[in-house]
Amino acid sequence: MTDIIGYILIVIGILFDIFGCIGLVRFPDIYNRLQASTKCVTLGTILLLVGVAIASGLGATSAKAIICAAFILITSPTAAHAIAKGAYASGVALWKKSVVDKYAEAKKD
Amino acid sequence: METLFYIFYIGLFVCCFLCLYRIGRGPSAPDRTVAIDILGIVIVGFCALLGLATKKDFYLNIALAWALLSFIGTIALAKFLEGRSFDD
Repeated sequence: MTDIIGYILIVIGILFDIFGCIGLVRFPDIYNRLQASTKCVTLGTILLLVGVAIASGLGATSAKAIICAAFILITSPTAAHAIAKGAYASGVALWKKSVVDKYAEAKKD
Repeated sequence: METLFYIFYIGLFVCCFLCLYRIGRGPSAPDRTVAIDILGIVIVGFCALLGLATKKDFYLNIALAWALLSFIGTIALAKFLEGRSFDD
């Protein structure tokens, strides 16, 4: 029974990974790519790790998988934020159909 | 059960090749940085899946170390993109 729950979580996680990577290829702009790929791949990999932890039962594997999931949950948004700030500071322009740029307005004040 | 794991591996290989396409093609440096970050996270999941498939738990050690190094590398690249040096 726990095997089946774990494998279902792994399948959902891999689907989220694939959708995030398709977003990484298909979106037009660095900021849109960050928006699509970072969230989807973070959620997908956390689901995959939790599925591995459930399917393998109690033991060293499940403990390490849970620690790894918590670590990714903390670090991945931090890295995405740093990349977004670095991309803006290095002068990458927004997509031409973007409608709002709050960061420039906040910097001007 | 073998077939199920092969399907999982194919799904994650698709993710890896999409990230590699963006690393090779990406018009600016931040695009490549994002793709490297995403590739690192996908490989962490791949290591965990290998640990489940082979019943050996040292793959999870590799996954932990890879998550740590990928995070540090991404932070360093982002700081480099922002135009700052390492000591400010």
